[in-house]
Amino acid sequence: METKYDDWAVKGFAVSALFWLVVGLLVGLWIAVEMFYPKLNLTPWLSFGRLRVVHTNGLGLGFGLAGIFACSYYMLQRLTRTPLAFPGLAKFHVVLFNLAIALAALSLFAGMNTSKEYAELEWPLDLGVVIMWVVFAINVFGTLIKRQEKQMYISLWYILGMTVAVAILYILNNLEIPVSLTKSYTVYSGVNDANIQWWYGHNVVGFIFTFPILAMFYYFLPKATGLPIYSHRLSIISFWSLAFAYLWTGAHHLMLTPLPEWIQTVGLAFSIFLIAPSWGSVVNGYMTMQGNWDMMRTNYLTKFFIMGITFYGLQTIQGPTQALRTLTAFFHYTDWVIGHVHMGTMGWVTMTIAASFYYMIPKLYGREIHSVKLANVSFWIVLIGQLVYTVTMWIGGIQQGAMWKATNPDGSLTYSVLDSIAALYPYWKIRFLGGLIYFVGILIFIYNILMTMKRPTEGATEVATQAA
Amino acid sequence: MASIYQRPIAFAVTAAVVVLVGTLVTVIIPLFMPSTQPVKEYVKPYTAIELEGRDIYIREGCNNCHTQTVRPIRTEVARYGDYSKPEEFAYDRPFLWGSKRTGPDLARIGGKYPDAWHYKHMNDPRSMFAKSNMPAYGWLAKRPLDTSLSYKKTKVLGYGYTEEEVRRQIEEYRRKVTSPDYPAKKIRDQITPPELRDRLTEMDAIVAYLQKIGRDYKETQKGVVQAAAVETFEEMKNPYEGMPEAIEQGREIFQEKCSACHGPDAKGSIGPNLTDDEWKYGWSDREVFISISNGRPNGMPAWGQILSEDDIWKVIAYIRSLKI
Repeated sequence: METKYDDWAVKGFAVSALFWLVVGLLVGLWIAVEMFYPKLNLTPWLSFGRLRVVHTNGLGLGFGLAGIFACSYYMLQRLTRTPLAFPGLAKFHVVLFNLAIALAALSLFAGMNTSKEYAELEWPLDLGVVIMWVVFAINVFGTLIKRQEKQMYISLWYILGMTVAVAILYILNNLEIPVSLTKSYTVYSGVNDANIQWWYGHNVVGFIFTFPILAMFYYFLPKATGLPIYSHRLSIISFWSLAFAYLWTGAHHLMLTPLPEWIQTVGLAFSIFLIAPSWGSVVNGYMTMQGNWDMMRTNYLTKFFIMGITFYGLQTIQGPTQALRTLTAFFHYTDWVIGHVHMGTMGWVTMTIAASFYYMIPKLYGREIHSVKLANVSFWIVLIGQLVYTVTMWIGGIQQGAMWKATNPDGSLTYSVLDSIAALYPYWKIRFLGGLIYFVGILIFIYNILMTMKRPTEGATEVATQAA
Repeated sequence: MASIYQRPIAFAVTAAVVVLVGTLVTVIIPLFMPSTQPVKEYVKPYTAIELEGRDIYIREGCNNCHTQTVRPIRTEVARYGDYSKPEEFAYDRPFLWGSKRTGPDLARIGGKYPDAWHYKHMNDPRSMFAKSNMPAYGWLAKRPLDTSLSYKKTKVLGYGYTEEEVRRQIEEYRRKVTSPDYPAKKIRDQITPPELRDRLTEMDAIVAYLQKIGRDYKETQKGVVQAAAVETFEEMKNPYEGMPEAIEQGREIFQEKCSACHGPDAKGSIGPNLTDDEWKYGWSDREVFISISNGRPNGMPAWGQILSEDDIWKVIAYIRSLKI
């Protein structure tokens, strides 16, 4: 029997992802310049404090989520050998999503902002976000219930995990009392608010920037290489220990603050533990390539996935390490952390989504990728841009941290805050350069994808029997 | 029986339970523990104006570059003041500890500088610190403060003010900043358009908020932090008096730390002229040293923890050199 998949939503989300990627990166470049050229804060709408939030939301929720939804709808159908249970709802999802993100961007530009990181949207938009996730969940569960493939593959676990966890996280952290349509106050105060916010903040990274990206990795790496995942048992252990341990670790964002010390210590201990399940997936990925490492040269997509999972591995070592009390005292609040975040987002998340798109888009349109050569070029430029960015921020962060801690022989402080700002200007300029290089690489990626979409059809659409 | 990898609903329920364990222990249970919500008498809720200022701080995303929590680290306490205590944030909804310090921490900013300093700095940070990368917020002074929701806000937050009280707070603050005796009148008038000078602006509110942050705690510490050692010296003499090299170093320190308030030529701006004969707190080496080290009321910060003893003497040597 031939099953036709409903890929309108996949395509819709893919295009949305590319659009929000450009918007988010442009805003990122703009604020990168503001860091060393403050005159660029031309109007209230373009001031750093507002734009930084547009940048994080635009890329995290605009690009990231759109990419995740695109790939999730794609994988969901193929792994269940079943078309979407509610294709009309999925279309509605695309429209609602873009409407929500556009309104989110506008409202953040206008300064309607709860200040809670990655949960900045005001309450009417929060409601929109919740509806959007419910719409997604209905399709996930509906399709799973109707599925024709008995066993749920690893990627489906991660998609389910994300769906469940995001609901809990988002609702709990965004409980707020409205004052007007554009203003509300959280129900939590002070220390509790901080604790809940960073429980949320950290786990949004976990369940949006890790879970679905791992779902892509576990699905698209074997697809792109034709190699089965090395160990099913290892993936079971990694999944459940990751899901269990992640929720305990938010407090490592609040080390040495007035948060009760036991919560900090528990958070720290679980953060160290988290290295194990994270590396479970890294090892699983590496071992999958066992005996076939020549594919790094011969199969252009392999290097995207392997580089991506490598940055995931580095990220999950660096994170727990910098949470250690001695190191957090030095690194926290500096630009080091900006480097850390961007290794994850530019090196792991975007790299893996890009690779998934390179695989998925040609399949969706029944043709080959527009240009393998351009894909290779985009890989190297993106990689170089990201490395220039992150390494620069690490070095800058070390200098900043050292200047804040430096004392004279008599115990007085050697440097003023202003000294430490002035010392960072060269790093901020190089960071902008890194971001610019990265942006060029991304533009090549987008061009390649769009050209693939545009080229007239050569082959037939994919059928279910070829999938999974 | 089929495994949970074949039963999506069972799988989702299991995942939810697994996710909720850590949530329950580290987040839900602490909600009901006294250690996360300590209450101390000295911490006072924000006034309606301070709250409006706080909301502007949130609107402009100041928390993206400024933290509001001092960690118990020696250099951090030396730089910003005593480390933050959990009770200080009892009225903070949301909390504003931040996650990045592009600019300085602000947990102890309240009362550190006079209002005039903030008006001038918010209006144009680089007029005081050439190397600063903070955006200029002069436009806040050109926007009247909207207080139509002030009472509702304090009610939602449970501050316990009556509507009458909120109106009084707003009017009282308006009278304070528009009075001819307001110490920051000159700079406020300079940056506020004429039609708004008699009204409250968003700038007035954010300055009120900045002056509130950490102030309740500082009140409890009054008199404790005075650098006692200085007082014990009966006679203090400047070891660098008249030494050209030290005077040059003193000038550099002055340009960096002092010129923002006393002017690049020390002829006064927010702070008094240091080149004339009017010395409110005395002109002897000892008196000037104490003024710099311990600070003085109405805005002179205590530099004793930031500048070394030698540096203070060099600055004094430089100031003296201006009079000759």
